[in-house]
Amino acid sequence: MCVTCGCGTDHINILKPTSITSTTDIKGFSLAEKDIGNSQTHAHSGNFHSHGNELTKDVVELERDILHQNDIAASRNRGFFEAKNITAFNLVSSPGSGKTSFLERCLTDLKNEIDFYVIEGDQQTLNDAERIEAVQIPVIQINTGKGCHLDGDMIHRALKQLEVKNDAVLMIENVGNLVCPAMFDLGEDKRIVIISTTEGEDKPLKYPDMFHGSQICIINKIDLLPYVNFNVEKAKEYASRLNPNLIFFEVSATTGEGMEAFYAWLKANKK
Amino acid sequence: MHEMSIALGIVRIAEEEVTKRNAEFVSEIELEIGELSGIELDSLDFVWPVAVKETVLSHAKLEIDFRPGKAKCIDCDTKFEIHRLSDECPSCGSYFKDIIQGKEMRVKTLTLEHKPQKSN
Repeated sequence: MCVTCGCGTDHINILKPTSITSTTDIKGFSLAEKDIGNSQTHAHSGNFHSHGNELTKDVVELERDILHQNDIAASRNRGFFEAKNITAFNLVSSPGSGKTSFLERCLTDLKNEIDFYVIEGDQQTLNDAERIEAVQIPVIQINTGKGCHLDGDMIHRALKQLEVKNDAVLMIENVGNLVCPAMFDLGEDKRIVIISTTEGEDKPLKYPDMFHGSQICIINKIDLLPYVNFNVEKAKEYASRLNPNLIFFEVSATTGEGMEAFYAWLKANKK
Repeated sequence: MHEMSIALGIVRIAEEEVTKRNAEFVSEIELEIGELSGIELDSLDFVWPVAVKETVLSHAKLEIDFRPGKAKCIDCDTKFEIHRLSDECPSCGSYFKDIIQGKEMRVKTLTLEHKPQKSN
């Protein structure tokens, strides 16, 4: 099992809400009213005491970050990228905003100038990896199963198989989800959040953590602006409230409009 | 639902400590969770019993030390309460700010239960 994200075969079943009802009591986080083992020790209203062999208490002041395992894995990836002069980007968005189309366009246009590698993250299927492979770019697909995000350790394991060359650019396409991936550092240099004009322009305000934690914001599908009710300036203003340093690119991955500006930025910011 | 990941991360930390310190189980765990940490307490509450089932935390009383959001304006140095990441400085209206409190996601303390040492 992956303990960071809870995905993996031996933990899929425990996610079913139906298994909760018979075993537990969920009231105000006080969950201690249960018998323990052979009734040597049990709880009354949250206070433990024991009969027979008395247990001794020991309060440990731990002060440990809950995500420290992920942060260690991410730091290890970051060190690997630095040593090999690899530039890594973490692409995040809602499902359907065009992450894979954006990548396909980018890889096709720049593959003669830059060595690209791709890690694809989805709950299931190899579909996205097959699309990347079709443009002749080395790619690894991570299927997270029930997991809703990629984490540092998954990237570490994928990197072992991908054999990324020095001085390359690694594009990591995260699971389509604007909530959970915000919390998990992968060791990337920059996080790129993609929104599209077919979504609401208030998306940054609805999913603040992701925009707060990204450095680049791509507004995709601008070719559809005549047909949709999406105010680009408002979307940018909302996103800037969360991160005033956010850099925007307005593009259409379908027509290629606006992609040149992003390419210029990419070349200038590549290690 | 990343709260499941969070809960499993907490279980792993507790399991490590129990093993390292040769304890029996955890009777109380205190977490420090910030208002701006991205953790929904209701969701954590929902997944907690499933995550801790048959672990050293299965009987632990869970205490949450909730840390309200606080920020400092980069433009005018005003310190202010912040409830959303999009909040602006109440003095100058700037969105440039440092979050000084409210991003916490920590296991603060664990109360471990040990069997008494047998004296010969």
